[in-house]
Amino acid sequence: MNVAAAPMGASPHPGSFAAGFAWSFSRDLKLSVRHPGETMLVIAFFVLVASLFPLGVGAEPQLLQRIGPGVIWVCALLAAFLSLPGMFASDYADGSLEQMTLSPLPMPGWASGKIAAHWVATGLPLTVLSPLLGLQYGLTADTLLALACALAIGTPVLSLLGAACTALALGARGGGMLLALLALPLFVPVLVFGAGAAEAQASGLSAAPHLSILGAGLILAVMGLPPAVCAAVRIAMD
Amino acid sequence: MSAARLSARGLACSRGLARLFRDVSFEVGAGEWLALRGANGSGKTTLLRCVAGLTRVDAGEVFWDGESTRADSGAFRANLLYAGHLPGIKDDLSAEENLQGSLALRGVAVSTKAIEGALAEVGLAKRRRLPARRLSAGQRRRIGLARLALDPAAFWALDEPLTALDDEGQRLFGRLLERHLAAGGLALMATHHDLAPAPARVMRIGE
Amino acid sequence: MNWFFFASPSTFYRLAGRMAPWFFALAAVLGAAGLYVGLVVAPTDAQQGEVYRIIFIHVPASWMSMFIYFVMACYGAVSLTFNTRLAAMMARALAPTGAMFTFVALWTGSFWGRPTWGTYWVWDARITSELVLLFLYFGFIALANAFEDPRRGDRAAALLALIGLVNLPIIYFSVLWWNTLHQGSSVKLTGSTMHIAMLWGMLLMAFSFWMYSIGASLTRVRAIILDRERRTHWVRGLAT
Repeated sequence: MNVAAAPMGASPHPGSFAAGFAWSFSRDLKLSVRHPGETMLVIAFFVLVASLFPLGVGAEPQLLQRIGPGVIWVCALLAAFLSLPGMFASDYADGSLEQMTLSPLPMPGWASGKIAAHWVATGLPLTVLSPLLGLQYGLTADTLLALACALAIGTPVLSLLGAACTALALGARGGGMLLALLALPLFVPVLVFGAGAAEAQASGLSAAPHLSILGAGLILAVMGLPPAVCAAVRIAMD
Repeated sequence: MSAARLSARGLACSRGLARLFRDVSFEVGAGEWLALRGANGSGKTTLLRCVAGLTRVDAGEVFWDGESTRADSGAFRANLLYAGHLPGIKDDLSAEENLQGSLALRGVAVSTKAIEGALAEVGLAKRRRLPARRLSAGQRRRIGLARLALDPAAFWALDEPLTALDDEGQRLFGRLLERHLAAGGLALMATHHDLAPAPARVMRIGE
Repeated sequence: MNWFFFASPSTFYRLAGRMAPWFFALAAVLGAAGLYVGLVVAPTDAQQGEVYRIIFIHVPASWMSMFIYFVMACYGAVSLTFNTRLAAMMARALAPTGAMFTFVALWTGSFWGRPTWGTYWVWDARITSELVLLFLYFGFIALANAFEDPRRGDRAAALLALIGLVNLPIIYFSVLWWNTLHQGSSVKLTGSTMHIAMLWGMLLMAFSFWMYSIGASLTRVRAIILDRERRTHWVRGLAT
């Protein structure tokens, strides 16, 4: 046995997925609690941009009600996008990512933990705040609920897709603009179905079909994207 | 109980258009360390990264206890402690938390007492609760030394471990290395300093 | 037969140099035939008049735009799995041609749309996903060139192409559904059965574009090989 042969008794930790997930999830959450500025900026951006729209297009209640769900979704999407570089960049810059890559803990575990922590620090506050912004736009209670549900399902997909893109762009020239070019086209389906759910509810239809499709997309993303994120991190380490 | 052994055969790596090294072979046995020397930019760091498994090699293979690390990285990973140029220390976490985190990442469970003891040994007893951003470069390096003291990994791959350490810190590192080798550990280190436990061999690359 | 013989950049450089002119010639012949069929033989459309003839450029270009992305992603997958240099270079060489066809498809589409629908741009599912495809191409090219080490760019861009390939159908269907919800399917080809000459014209043009794409990517891959291997003996030997 290899491990038994180790002279100093390195424990034969096979390292489970859950251990890796727990490690990075708790660490990243602790970091964002210590340094809440980033989450605050994301929220401030979200609220600010959503409040700019009425100033630009006029404050007619019907118009605002019609464009409300779409505007709030676009703002949430942009806010989530702006928070992406924080997911891997600082770990890449200070060498933590090297240590994680070489850890005996499985990479999909800690990569998923990082993505989940990113969502808790950005996607979740955006979801919780969205009904408040919806009130600014005069949306009905049903629509607010549909909007929040759609954001709750859709923003994790954004975090997963964004993780893959930001890991691909680690160490690249061009920074933010490059990331926009990579990530925003891939966000299109999430936007379509997410805003579609709230709009369907607003126009008297059921939001359920949209939410089901978003849910299916989330399952697909949860299954398919962590391996892509791992591959991207390995490429970045090379 | 067979002794741990690391060997590499025919490693080659190029970066962009430049070929850094080719046909590098070496062997390190239990209780010895191999010094890696070469001019700046000769590929010492890249070789260490290749051995650790971060950078892909163009050719060649690394073996841990006779098994290819590419085929079975689990046993190798459990015994590998790699420290590159970047310390991997989070500014917002305290020395204690950084140490705890990096050990947990390596799958090593250590009591709080042991962590306090190791931090005291490297002279950070009074500063262990301060966020790392308030420590000096040398003090941050000492967190890394505490990690060396606590991690049971058999193989150290260290890139310039003495950077930013004062005389006392360097002696401390020497003692840790001595203890590691005496316990049957092995190490591959890129360093220009002459260390107290002399290297078993010196390997020059980039010539 | 040893395929890896051709996978060596120096061998492939010479092979590509010999093959590229033939593909260009084939593209010219097929293109001339296709234009003849499309502009002279094919009858005038009963509803749209002469303006419909832009489909002999538009439709083959949009076919090629998607087909090239697929081929590019396949090369990317090969380069990631087998770590072959040449496949990554081929993926890189295809991207600009694919982006060009995507742009041509969008451009001719809007010129066709103006007289037929009265507007340059419609948020139709096909047009919108074609636009997204153009951005995917731009993303690929930008990422491939964003790194100091070209191998790093190769591998990152290959992975991006694969992610994009999985996403492309999802994007298409999402936009399709969004479109039907918003404005109904107002945009469709003329319902009448297509004249056989029209079909031939489009097929000839599509094959011509295909041959052009092969020729162009072979020519471009030669330039990439020379750039990557400029320090090797065989490239220096070429210069003397």
